[in-house]
Amino acid sequence: MSIITLIPLFPLIGFLINGLGFRKIPASLAGPIGVGASLLSFIGTVIAYTQLTETSQPVFVNVFDWITVGTLQINFSFQIDQLSIIMLFVITGVGTLIHMYSMGYMHDDEGYGKFMAFLNLFLFSMLLLVMGSNYIVMFIGWEGVGLCSYLLIGFWNKNTEYGNAARKAFIMNRIGDLGFLIGIFLIILNFGTVEYAEVFEQAKGLTVGDSTIIAITGFLFIGAMGKSAQIPLYTWLPDAMAGPTPVSALIHAATMVTSGIYMIVRSNILYTLAPETLNLVAWIGVATAVVAATIGIFQNDIKKVLAYSTVSQLGYMFMGLGVSAYTSGFFHVITHAFFKALLFLAAGSVIHAMSGEQDIRRMGGLWSKIRITAITFLVGTIAISGVFPLAGFFSKDEILAHVYEHNKLMWVLALIGSMMTAFYMFRLFFLTFTGSFRGTHEQEHHLHESPASMTIPLIVLAVLSFIGGFIGMPEVFHTPHFLADFLNPIYEGSKAVNPEFGAHPIEHSTEWMLMGISLGAALIAIFVAYTQFGGSKNVPVEDSEITGVQKVIYNKYYIDEIYWAVFVNPVKRLSNLFVSVFEPKGFDGIVNGVGKLVNSFSGLTRRLQAGGTGFYLFAMVISIALFMTINLGYQVLETIKAFVGIK
Amino acid sequence: MLALILILIPLIGSLLLFALRGSNDGVSKNVALLTSLVEFVIAAYAFITFDSQTIVEVKYAWMKDLRINFHLGIDGISLLMIALTGFLVPLIILSTFKYSYKKHESFYSLILLAQTALMGVFMAKDIFLFYFFYEVALIPVYFLAAIWGGTNAPRITFKMFVYTMFGSLFMLVAIVYLYIKASTANIQELYTAAKFISPASQNLLFWAFFIAFAIKMPVLPFHTWQPDTYSESPTPATMLLSGLLSKMGVYGLIRILLPLAPVGLSNYGLIAMILSVIGLIYGSVIAIQQNNIKRLIAYSSFAHMGLMAAGVLSGTLSGIQGALLQMVAHGINAVGLFFIVKIMYDRTNTRDLNSLGGITQNTPALSIYFMIIMLGSVALPLTNGFVGEFLLLKGVFDKNAWLGGVAGLTIILGAVYMLRMMQRSMFGERNEVTAQFSDVKGTEIAVLLPIAAVVLLMGIFPNVFLKITEPAVNSLLQLIHP
Repeated sequence: MSIITLIPLFPLIGFLINGLGFRKIPASLAGPIGVGASLLSFIGTVIAYTQLTETSQPVFVNVFDWITVGTLQINFSFQIDQLSIIMLFVITGVGTLIHMYSMGYMHDDEGYGKFMAFLNLFLFSMLLLVMGSNYIVMFIGWEGVGLCSYLLIGFWNKNTEYGNAARKAFIMNRIGDLGFLIGIFLIILNFGTVEYAEVFEQAKGLTVGDSTIIAITGFLFIGAMGKSAQIPLYTWLPDAMAGPTPVSALIHAATMVTSGIYMIVRSNILYTLAPETLNLVAWIGVATAVVAATIGIFQNDIKKVLAYSTVSQLGYMFMGLGVSAYTSGFFHVITHAFFKALLFLAAGSVIHAMSGEQDIRRMGGLWSKIRITAITFLVGTIAISGVFPLAGFFSKDEILAHVYEHNKLMWVLALIGSMMTAFYMFRLFFLTFTGSFRGTHEQEHHLHESPASMTIPLIVLAVLSFIGGFIGMPEVFHTPHFLADFLNPIYEGSKAVNPEFGAHPIEHSTEWMLMGISLGAALIAIFVAYTQFGGSKNVPVEDSEITGVQKVIYNKYYIDEIYWAVFVNPVKRLSNLFVSVFEPKGFDGIVNGVGKLVNSFSGLTRRLQAGGTGFYLFAMVISIALFMTINLGYQVLETIKAFVGIK
Repeated sequence: MLALILILIPLIGSLLLFALRGSNDGVSKNVALLTSLVEFVIAAYAFITFDSQTIVEVKYAWMKDLRINFHLGIDGISLLMIALTGFLVPLIILSTFKYSYKKHESFYSLILLAQTALMGVFMAKDIFLFYFFYEVALIPVYFLAAIWGGTNAPRITFKMFVYTMFGSLFMLVAIVYLYIKASTANIQELYTAAKFISPASQNLLFWAFFIAFAIKMPVLPFHTWQPDTYSESPTPATMLLSGLLSKMGVYGLIRILLPLAPVGLSNYGLIAMILSVIGLIYGSVIAIQQNNIKRLIAYSSFAHMGLMAAGVLSGTLSGIQGALLQMVAHGINAVGLFFIVKIMYDRTNTRDLNSLGGITQNTPALSIYFMIIMLGSVALPLTNGFVGEFLLLKGVFDKNAWLGGVAGLTIILGAVYMLRMMQRSMFGERNEVTAQFSDVKGTEIAVLLPIAAVVLLMGIFPNVFLKITEPAVNSLLQLIHP
């Protein structure tokens, strides 16, 4: 068996062991099984990487033929190339750290073994998503991660509110999935195959602006909107914070939510053929980045702030893709995986220390109490704010530079969004870690740094958040852009259909200027945050005292309420209308009417009947007799015809 | 010979049970189970050894003068349905083992009689024989529902009986017409003869057959007998109806309607498809607000049948292949879901979602089975529901993209009502009704485990099934699109 097949197989086995053995396998064993499965996948990834770099050619593995209908052949097969291998590193690498962290975080939970099983199942699905060599295998993973997300958001299933959040996530994702599915149908209709290699090869023969491709990419993008929480399908992600914090880190920050970006980068030739769709992607990205950032400014739940920042950062990634800077968008996927996983895990460590408290108005002054958590959180905060030389700076700056080349207005909006990011992240940091403690005495008494299984992943991720950006330094530093060079082969198709692709070097002076502006903007935002919240100077007011515009934003612009009023309630009302009117009075009314009519007409034959069944038996007998007679007559006729000689 | 054995075994079992009147409950159960298991083994043997090139046939003169024969044959499509029937009937019988029914000999005898007729329907090569079995299948299920059902059952099931008989009359007229025109009752010969039937007559034939099969499945607007019947019937009868009898309708569309009225299909197929898709959405929307779980699943079945009908009527390879696979998937999942409702009712005396909740805390095993079967119903990839639904939607989409898009809403709506059902029954806090809920064991696991296993296996290896039916479907399609 190929090592590539083993990569997703390990977590599957881990899932089966911990899932079937739940409550029989002791916690001391369940943890290592879960982490081990993830670690083995990581090792498998390293080996697959060496195989890939030997030849630089994609490696294909056909596991089995899955669906065959006529000429449509859908294989359960894998493709390892430069793009999937990076995703594999992120998924199994960050995944392993988060599994490890979970050993500490979830240890005392009664569902510990089940949790480990679900995490492994998620890993399996996520690996299928990025390893598949065709759109259908991607779709298997796509829906699979959706299921795991559902299971893990609603992990504490006694709580109905969590259950509702889980369902919301699944259903909103399904809306996106329908778009994805229609995109796949269109691909099959036009290319007769779902294999990436074959589709992209055929696509090379098309011209830019092809309307079919615009439709395909548009529908695929709807899928991406759902999975990657973009306007208008983003509202599930903040609610998804109901899940245990490692889940938020792994699924709702580092990996699953970036699937949409992966999909677009994977299909880059199709998107390059459809500039209209790209434009839509870019504007949706900008809108999401800015709107989510504004909401993030007023949130007081530590996880909610991070959730909105995730939505916002995903917007930046789409912005990058939308201006054809696929590598830049993908670069941000990588660095974001590091610093956002770090921030969530550190937040988890804070929550752990605070005995479950998530409201930053009840925190403060934790810097000295939980030092490792605080320092690592600070690293993450600086990284996401885009301060040189941490990871977020390089990836975000690269996106902004490309956006600047593409559209100045978009750039201004993106810059404002990025200032807001720095502002709300430092607001979060100051309110949590500086000033004096605002929680209860009990909480203060219980304050403790988390165990090593939790702090080690924090430290590793902090280091990665620090140095992760060096894989893609701007040209002005005269160092190679390792990531761009590595990913080069996957853009072969885009270059074939658009000779201009990637041929816009930014002038050095512009690049310096842009870097200066974004760094300056970030520093200004941080300074403003400091003047407002440094030392927890202004603690946000209680919910009841929030008024005006702030209240509207605090309540997320009432988008949930609007969706509820526009979509959910009408469907419910329709459902009730169907049940109370259409069913009894409409369809059944007609049926009963016909019944009555028959009844009144059958008055004449009533004496012949011994109840309704009798009538129908009678009818049957009559009709059989009838057809026999007709048949006989027909045959007699035929015989006569033959006799007379008519043909 | 195999075909004959498949019909004879449940028939003998059924007669044996009648003969055993007065014996105790256990004897009836065991005789019924044993019979159905022997049948299952033979069906499985047929499934495994089947070679799509050969079509097994037996033929005896029935009404010699009329050239009507007792003519059975097994091609890939038949085989799939035989396998489904062979698989489900033992599970349906096993699902009753925890309970005792009055007049148990008759009860089990009727189940086996229904199986006999179903096998007949799926193998008939003579159109009158098809009609005969098609009608006979209903009678035992009618009695099962009427005698062993709830207090309203006699009234409701009578309506079902009359309604479907009414539909069958249309079919009978159509059959007689075809028979007279072509002067043969051999379905295969009718296929060739159908080409020479005038378009106007074909249109009538199309609607006559469509109404008959649409009532059976059911498809909007002929569905009103279904929710009441499903919820008032005793669970084994509901399982037979939703798992197997409804499939006779889809089977009829594929085997009878499509090849016998191809011109009618091209004229009116789209209208019938639109009706089916409206039914799909309509049923799903109703299911969203249902609080009675049995009714919820009934409406969800109705929705699923709508998609199957639309897929078949698309006249595409994917649509029909999808419908075949989905028939099996839906049959299995419906039996599983109705059984779970029975388990809940048995322990709590309610089917009301408002009264349930928190069951999962007591039932790790049931939760897993329920989850797997539910995922099959919402068509998650790698479960049995996905491949069928994917191919069905693709078939509808290929025929008409707009309609395909609307039909696609099923993947959203299905998730809405299924997850709601799961949430309200299994999750949340326990209450006094569910506090003492005990986990499944014994025969309950013996029913749920094979179902859950097949949900996954079919989802992972759908080609096992698709390869069996594809040659037969292709030869039908050649008749429709020559």
